[in-house]
Amino acid sequence: MEKFTTLQSRAIPLHIENVDTDQIIPARFLKATDREGFGNNVFRDWRYHKDGTINTDFVLNDSKYSGSILVAGDNFGCGSSREHAAWAITDFGFKVVVSSFFADIFKGNALNNGLLPVQVSPAFLSDLMQKIVSNPETELVVDLEKQTISVKDSELSENFEIDAYKKTCMINGYDDIDYLINNKEQIEAFEAQKIY
Amino acid sequence: MGKTLFDKVWDSHVVSTIENGPQILYIDKHLIHEVTSPQAFNELEDRGIPVFRPNQIVATADHNTPTLHQDQTIKDALSRKQLEQLSENCKKNNITLYELGHKYNGIVHVMAPELGVTQPGLTMVCGDSHTSTHGAFGAIAFGIGTSQVAQVFASQCLLLTKPKSLRVTVNGKLKNGVLPKDVILYIISKLGTNSGTGYFCEYAGNVFEEMSMEGRMTVCNMSIEMGARGGMIAPDETTFEYVKGREFAPKGEEFDKKVAYWKTLPTDSDAKFDKEYSFDAEDIAPMITYGTNPGMGIKISETIPVDENPSFKKSLAYMNFEAGESLINKPINFVFIGSCTNSRIEDFRVAANYIKGKKKAANVTAWLVPGSKQVETQIIEEGLKSIFDDAGFELRQPGCSACLAMNDDKIPQGEYCVSTSNRNFEGRQGQGSRTILASPLVAAATAVEGKIIDISKQLN
Repeated sequence: MEKFTTLQSRAIPLHIENVDTDQIIPARFLKATDREGFGNNVFRDWRYHKDGTINTDFVLNDSKYSGSILVAGDNFGCGSSREHAAWAITDFGFKVVVSSFFADIFKGNALNNGLLPVQVSPAFLSDLMQKIVSNPETELVVDLEKQTISVKDSELSENFEIDAYKKTCMINGYDDIDYLINNKEQIEAFEAQKIY
Repeated sequence: MGKTLFDKVWDSHVVSTIENGPQILYIDKHLIHEVTSPQAFNELEDRGIPVFRPNQIVATADHNTPTLHQDQTIKDALSRKQLEQLSENCKKNNITLYELGHKYNGIVHVMAPELGVTQPGLTMVCGDSHTSTHGAFGAIAFGIGTSQVAQVFASQCLLLTKPKSLRVTVNGKLKNGVLPKDVILYIISKLGTNSGTGYFCEYAGNVFEEMSMEGRMTVCNMSIEMGARGGMIAPDETTFEYVKGREFAPKGEEFDKKVAYWKTLPTDSDAKFDKEYSFDAEDIAPMITYGTNPGMGIKISETIPVDENPSFKKSLAYMNFEAGESLINKPINFVFIGSCTNSRIEDFRVAANYIKGKKKAANVTAWLVPGSKQVETQIIEEGLKSIFDDAGFELRQPGCSACLAMNDDKIPQGEYCVSTSNRNFEGRQGQGSRTILASPLVAAATAVEGKIIDISKQLN
């Protein structure tokens, strides 16, 4: 897993609530047996019309916007547990997703893939969206160590929560497997004395 | 203070707690399928880590399988490769696989309970969000991502922070024609799609106590649709009776010992939940969804609400519905009865009971997809197949099918499908398809009438 400490980048505003993982990566693209290449099909049915032509109304196709931060509406990542959603978003080039609320499984999958989910207040999200839309060159700064997200050259800033263990993993690029297999003896001891 | 059912099962599975961090939770049963496991096997292989407890893993092929001609080679090269890789991975790692065509093959959340793999008091995971289904037995069961599938392969454990607890109580007498699916669609319509996020939900009250195991599975299955990682129902005589005698259930004295333990699991009377909701059974009616998330549901006789929220409007535009309109008499060309929510024998009995002596409308394509080979066999043995055949319904072979349309069972662009599945997301049943979630009874009635009808009026 790649390490994450700070990121300064422009952002893409996805002003839609309840974005489900079927929109992030439709099921018909889940037939692959490796993790690579899902970025080509991220938000496939919003980026392209059924005939394969580009949907110029969709924000990811709007050349005004760029950057490795996705700013999305409330309840991002609901639905299916497919980790392909996190793979698709990172493969497309995003390193941070900002929303006022994340679905559980998506949040865990993101953290396990070095993609930082930054949960902000609804008011801050709305301010961010406005800033970016009014000036697409707006730069955001995400500092994982300090747990802050701010708009560069402005007063706009907010703290965000992250599990202390997961924060350490993100900063150091560790994953849970390393931790778990180092605790095998303890797991075996547990198995030997299970009460149920 | 007393403990909840969830507390009791969770606490008995904690291997250790990291200071200021998550806990190591022991996982008893790991269910896997072809779509979310290959990358996890690859990861282990790349890192030279063996599968720790292969005998606690059960594999099936379901998401990506055809529902016709299962005895023939799969035409789609990518699907075929995914299934071949599952077989290869299971063989290499000594994991039991019920592959396509096996008498125990089926949708993971249908076949595992049928085989008695699912039992009260266990922790169970699968790389599929509808793993919450198994909570119907009083197990802690939840969906995980592929990185976590790899973690369980490697250690039979997960690193998790204990979720908060939520209880939804429904008491009273359900009206005629109100099925478990209506109960859960009603709850989600009231609470919304993210009310349960961060929580594990227990369903309590006489409505759930009186439900069959099939009904309880339908309810727990959709817990994730309100954001809850899992849903649970206290194990009772109905549960014990269902588990008894199944292939992998404990036998004889061992079974009696387990039952004695399982009886200690229900929530203590003085236990406290972080959040509680309660509803009256009398207020629940046959339900239907009108939008693009499962929380957008109404009683079938109600009209679509009016809401100025842009995401709400986007959703109605996708469905081509108007705020304030009724769905009654909307012509429907596709009906799907199946999925891990509603593909058990009881669901097909309900459908057959309604359909018997009737014919499907000429405009309707009606697919019936059993959840497992065992359900398929039961449908034939109980004579339901001939009812379906006579009525013009098409009984296909088991699998996830049109619930997520990974295989060829896709609803065409722009078409509505009244579906017993769990998600009405945009394009879920095929690009541009429009899903309307409902119970097997409402789905069967829609197929017969060729349009949505007020089933409660017809029944009363």
